[in-house]
Amino acid sequence: MTTNPLIGAGFTDPVFQSQSAFRALLAALSEPGTRQVVTGGIAPPDGLHAATATALLTLADYETPIWLPPGLRDDVAGAWLRFHCGAALVSEPGLAAFAVIDGASSAPLLADFNPGNDQFPDRSTTVIVQCTGLDGDEAVTLTGPGIANSRLISPAGLRPGFWAEVAANNDAYPLGVDLLLSHGDAVFGLPRSTRIGEAI
Amino acid sequence: MNAQQTWPADDASPAYNYAYLDEQTKRMIRRALLKAVAVPGYQVPFGSREMPLARGWGTGGIQVTAAIIGPDDTLKVIDQGADDTTNAVSIRRFFEKTADARTTEATAEATIIQTRHRIPEAPLRAGQIMVYQVPQPEPLRKLEPREAETRKMHAWAEYGLMQVKLYENIARFGEVTTTYDYPVMINGRYIMAPSPIPKFDNPKMHMSPALQLFGAGREKRIYALPPHTSVRSLDFEDHPFRIQSWSAPCALCAATDSYLDEVVIDDQGARMFVCSDSHHCETRRAQGHRGTMLGDAATSGLVDPSPSAVIPGDRRETRDPFRNPTEQGSGMDPGSALRSARDDDAKVEAGAKS
Amino acid sequence: MYVAVKGGEAAILATHDLVAEARRGDAAVPEISVAQIREQQGLACARVMNEGSLYDADLAALALKQAQGDVIEAAFLMRAYRTTLPRFGSSEPIDTARMAIRRRVSATYKDLPGGQVLGPTYDYTHRLFDFALMDNESVMVGPDPTISGQDGASGANAAGDARVKPEHDAKPLDSHMPRVPDILGAEGLMEPEIAPEGDPRPFDLTREPVSFPADRDVRLQAMARGDEGFLLGLGYSVQRGFGNSHPFVGEIRVGEVSVEFVPEELGFAVDLGEITLTECQMVNQFAGSKDVPPQFTRGYGLAFGHSERKAMSMSLVDRALKCREFGEAAQYPAQQDEFVLYHSDNVEAAGFVEHLKLPHYVDFQGELELIRRIRKERAERLANETEALPEAAE
Repeated sequence: MTTNPLIGAGFTDPVFQSQSAFRALLAALSEPGTRQVVTGGIAPPDGLHAATATALLTLADYETPIWLPPGLRDDVAGAWLRFHCGAALVSEPGLAAFAVIDGASSAPLLADFNPGNDQFPDRSTTVIVQCTGLDGDEAVTLTGPGIANSRLISPAGLRPGFWAEVAANNDAYPLGVDLLLSHGDAVFGLPRSTRIGEAI
Repeated sequence: MNAQQTWPADDASPAYNYAYLDEQTKRMIRRALLKAVAVPGYQVPFGSREMPLARGWGTGGIQVTAAIIGPDDTLKVIDQGADDTTNAVSIRRFFEKTADARTTEATAEATIIQTRHRIPEAPLRAGQIMVYQVPQPEPLRKLEPREAETRKMHAWAEYGLMQVKLYENIARFGEVTTTYDYPVMINGRYIMAPSPIPKFDNPKMHMSPALQLFGAGREKRIYALPPHTSVRSLDFEDHPFRIQSWSAPCALCAATDSYLDEVVIDDQGARMFVCSDSHHCETRRAQGHRGTMLGDAATSGLVDPSPSAVIPGDRRETRDPFRNPTEQGSGMDPGSALRSARDDDAKVEAGAKS
Repeated sequence: MYVAVKGGEAAILATHDLVAEARRGDAAVPEISVAQIREQQGLACARVMNEGSLYDADLAALALKQAQGDVIEAAFLMRAYRTTLPRFGSSEPIDTARMAIRRRVSATYKDLPGGQVLGPTYDYTHRLFDFALMDNESVMVGPDPTISGQDGASGANAAGDARVKPEHDAKPLDSHMPRVPDILGAEGLMEPEIAPEGDPRPFDLTREPVSFPADRDVRLQAMARGDEGFLLGLGYSVQRGFGNSHPFVGEIRVGEVSVEFVPEELGFAVDLGEITLTECQMVNQFAGSKDVPPQFTRGYGLAFGHSERKAMSMSLVDRALKCREFGEAAQYPAQQDEFVLYHSDNVEAAGFVEHLKLPHYVDFQGELELIRRIRKERAERLANETEALPEAAE
């Protein structure tokens, strides 16, 4: 494979790096709210956290259209994903299999992405929400499958009303998007099955 | 087309990818698995690949295991609860060959347990992944053969037909007559087939700390139970769900709380009952538990009464029943525990590959 | 006594040796070569290529050799190999109108441009053993004296090479052999084949899960790899009234078609070589509707190699499965896409049927426990009732 000098390298050992990253993502979505380190040994392109870039490298390909914020889509991040994943970058959120959003940005809303349909709820978008930290902000309580009793998380850098959107997403269960909150080399999973409550 | 061009250069070690599946296929299965854990009990369609093992022989479980396994994993494969049933051996060999997998018979040592028809007796722990081989993922299929219809029933949570069927059972026989693949309600939303495990194992699924993944290769469906997910066996207030029970303990290890297999031992109708979970039974014997027929079986050279190699001489006198079980378990050779009386060739130890 | 089950691995390895021995048979008999199978068992190779979904006669022959002639096992070997092959892309659509014809027959016209070309067919052989094949090599002449023009004494022909090849009237074939449905189509009598909007790339059922109702590309693809016997039975059921169909063989053609591929870096078509195909187009009655004047409808079958029975069966079932498009009731098995598609795959079907020989004793134990308990409880209940009965009578 020839490499465009403007595009950084992907996995050096795709078989094992993607396997280990996948196991972290599987743990993240099966145990919502647990911090999972997604290592792939890559230098992410500008605008993507390492965990975000590694997750997409692990999961996305020509079968999975990706939505990126316009600023990233037309920049090196978009080129990097097109090159390494062979994925189409779409401008319509509802068409995306994967999406990356900035947690602080006011648009698009979670409801703008594909929630799946009642016969095929698996056809929903998986949204990677990049935030400024996986702790330090207002705490919320998580309950639901994958959580023994309840779990507290307090990710930082999320827009006002974000938790209400997540709660509304859960209300539509079994429809809904599945979230990965990403910062640095780590993620939290927040599948649609997770219920959101205020910290006690 | 010249066939030679496409043949692997060295037919002893064909140029297959790690864990057999190509990376694009693994990505497709991995995406399906993530959706499956996000909607527990919902059957995700996936592009099931044709495998070098026959459909119905575990190709769904094999694809799931192949998509998740890595060099840090230790794999246990069981069929009917036993590590050495032929198809379990065959599947274990597949992963030893294609993924250079580290394998074990010890439930506690395994990070991935691929199974057909049983859940081990030893409690599962957080971090372990169960992979179930599923012949028929659709719990409603026997009530409605058309996929187009059952998909709608799941979509609208229209499960009246299932309730009617179970109640007809009760009206006719006084109880629900489903003994395996007993339908379960997941997270209060989807009815799910637990695969043909005996209903004895259903309670082990409920709120299990392990992640449970289900693969149906021929039917091209994947589904999942995250840890700590509610799994309720369908029942009625006046006819609560109950599991199998036996009047006698295991004849080899005296366990009273394990699922027993029935073995016919002569042509006069005599039979003995022994643990279906072979590793569980061996572990208990290594701890000094003795069933009523263990002596007979040992005299005939059919089983090693104490699979532990740690203690030589008269085991009964030197054995400390309070000895730490894990310490004893570590010295045992599970492969030498039971030997065939019928076939000399088959006496060779299956041997743990760990 | 208790027979334990340890030793599975050694037993499995032993089966591999035993099957290798069984495959070879009597070592005093010379080994059959893959080339011999390819050349002399061509119809079996074609079936393996069809049901294995891979056009490679050498591998089909190897599969048949390895599988001792078990066609389904051979197809399974092909598929398990095929699934590991990298994909470079899709070929250009083939054009069967430009087929190099070996055989072409139509039942709807007495004669037509290009004529009827019988080619190599068993259709007019009397199914009498040709004992000359038992011991002789290179029998290149048909056994039937009335057709071959030889005189009849079969004793004189006991040696195959003693037969003299008659002078056949072997005119070169016409270069122009229009497809019969195209002739009907020119008159507006035939239902046109129109690609779906945007002419999308066909579905690939080996890569994506099928959902229902299934579109025609999915149905045709499933049938192309489907079991010949299953499709034959379904096609037959349509003829016998289990399906609303009145078919005529518009045309069957067998011959070679070239396959072209456009590599992205070149941008023009490259010839990859020829494949042998059998195409059957079945013409069926259709009453039309208020909006559409009466037209014939089409059933289509296409198969690798010389596989007429397969292509014909497929075309019957294809037409039956179009019932939804024509607003006909889907009452019978051959009209129900889910039934046909799920059950025509013989590798899947064989796997699931044969998996019943795997151990099921855990589940069976559950059944035993239940049936014994129900019987015991019933016996107790009956005993109680019989005890109670005399009192009631008093």
